[in-house]
Amino acid sequence: MSPPPSESAASTIGGHSESGPAANVSFDAELARAGANVNSRWGMALFLAKRYPLGGVGLAIVTLFILVAVFAPLITGHDPLATNPSISLAKPAAAHLMGTDFMGRDLFSRVIYGARTSLAVAFGATLLGVVFGVLIGLASGYLGGWVDLTTQRVIDMLQALPTLILAMAMAAALGPSLTNTIIAIAIPKLPSIARVIRASTLSLREMPFVEAARAMGMSEMRIALRHILPNTLAPLIVLATAGLGSAILVEASLSFLGLGVPEPHPSWGRMLSESAAEYVRTAPWLVIFPGLAITFAVFGTNLLGDALRDILDPRQRTSN
Amino acid sequence: MGAYLVRRTVLFFVTVLGVSILIFGLMRIVPGNIADILFESSGFIDQVQKAKIEAELGLDKPLLQQYLSWIGGLAKGDFGFSYMSERPATAEILARLPVTLKLGGLTLFFTVLFGIPLGVWSAVKQNGFVDNTLRVVTLSALSLPSFWCGLLVLMFAVHVFGTIPIYSNEPRGVWQELALLSIPALVVGFRSSALIVRLTRSSMLEVMRQDYIRTARAKGASESSINYHHALKNAILPIITLLGIEASHLLGGLVVIETVFNIPGLGRYLVEAIRWRDYPIVQNLVLFSAFAVVITNFIVDMLYAVIDPRIKYSD
Repeated sequence: MSPPPSESAASTIGGHSESGPAANVSFDAELARAGANVNSRWGMALFLAKRYPLGGVGLAIVTLFILVAVFAPLITGHDPLATNPSISLAKPAAAHLMGTDFMGRDLFSRVIYGARTSLAVAFGATLLGVVFGVLIGLASGYLGGWVDLTTQRVIDMLQALPTLILAMAMAAALGPSLTNTIIAIAIPKLPSIARVIRASTLSLREMPFVEAARAMGMSEMRIALRHILPNTLAPLIVLATAGLGSAILVEASLSFLGLGVPEPHPSWGRMLSESAAEYVRTAPWLVIFPGLAITFAVFGTNLLGDALRDILDPRQRTSN
Repeated sequence: MGAYLVRRTVLFFVTVLGVSILIFGLMRIVPGNIADILFESSGFIDQVQKAKIEAELGLDKPLLQQYLSWIGGLAKGDFGFSYMSERPATAEILARLPVTLKLGGLTLFFTVLFGIPLGVWSAVKQNGFVDNTLRVVTLSALSLPSFWCGLLVLMFAVHVFGTIPIYSNEPRGVWQELALLSIPALVVGFRSSALIVRLTRSSMLEVMRQDYIRTARAKGASESSINYHHALKNAILPIITLLGIEASHLLGGLVVIETVFNIPGLGRYLVEAIRWRDYPIVQNLVLFSAFAVVITNFIVDMLYAVIDPRIKYSD
């Protein structure tokens, strides 16, 4: 693969414009200069963890979140859906660590299983958003012309609506289901991903290595996917990780408003809507635990996202 | 500049028209209309009655005709009637606008009030105690779902004061109302100020490394003058962009917080209208929101040229 282009970050207005690929730096060289053992993968991981302790914490939280989701049945013995009216609204105790809800369902297992719903929506929506956002951005930037013009107008349109409002309208239109919630959350993600990929593509398109590939007789499709796309990966990873946290939040908000993931999937956001106002007085545990789960999961992805941005996108460093 | 304005105006109409088609289409894909929902709650479906209701609301007409009559009405200043209340949509929306505007205004006020000074402070004390604390606090704020934060505030109110603050449209003194609304505004503002703190910090750090700051320090300018007069002035552009985005996207945050605090504003109204398939209300509110976004973007771009004389709009 040709070396990534190094472009100067000299932008007259603050350098915060979303345009342009991340200033591409040779990571290995930079890491080696900072004293990392670049020859071993573990050496590098260790170095990064030391350099970005908060990112390490984030990674640990996200890993924990994934493990909880995968091994949910092993963590809790209770069925999250089993109702038992006789123990409705029981306080947290040894038998039910986080108490029970008004239908007598064990809140602890609902929160644990809720990680599955949250994870499925967060990763599903991010993946969907990235795949389609990249395709749209690549097509728009690489093909130009009327394709570019049309997609730009559609993107303007999508960006003219607040994320939650667009997601609400989408969720209502598609009807309640897990898949539809994923789609409804993925669509508001498209514009920012497509914009960043388009901007990177526009500048990469003019690079000598693209010209060289074309001179060698490579097809345009192959150039776009094999030569342009890999060079846009850094900002893409940053965007995708940051998007995970927001996807969890949007899902929680949608479910809180009654427009998200339907029963029987346990959803943290819906647990809060069921337990809203009145349980604030009578059963605070129903409010506290699901909210803590959301906050914890989002906090982890945010920490990880911040660290990844510092590592991959030196132009936007928060910890200089 | 003239050509630029023409281009912007054309794009403005294209975007708003696009949003109108999008939201109209989305609302028509929604399974069931208001007639279905009304009969669903009564348990049986009377086809004759249902057809009558649909005819009354114009829901039996072809989609294109429905769309055109909506847009045609808008052009004449007629926003249609709410299906839920059968009152003019304009009246319904205007009745709920003031409280949402006050809430939004307060939120922005708190965002700027806390966001910018704390961001500057964080940058000045880079990697110090204040900076690190603020980093954790802002990151937590960005991870906290605002509706949960609102519920916690309500819970706190119950445990400390034994009661939940009631929001309604009944007349109150100006200060009393502002005090009441500042609780939800602080909850929403917590998140947006965290964003502003982070951006102000990184923007300031970028500026503070430049030569003219050293010059200012060398000529003996005071630290606060350097921070606020020299540095912030040049670091403010990205902050204004973000503030513009936050301002225009406020309705999204207010939807949730108005539901939690039971505030009779536009956000909660939108949720209700979506639930009842009240097409005229949903369509007009969403279009209104898109309008706000596009206008704000334009104002922000114009502000750029005012603040930074290097920026000129041509072509």
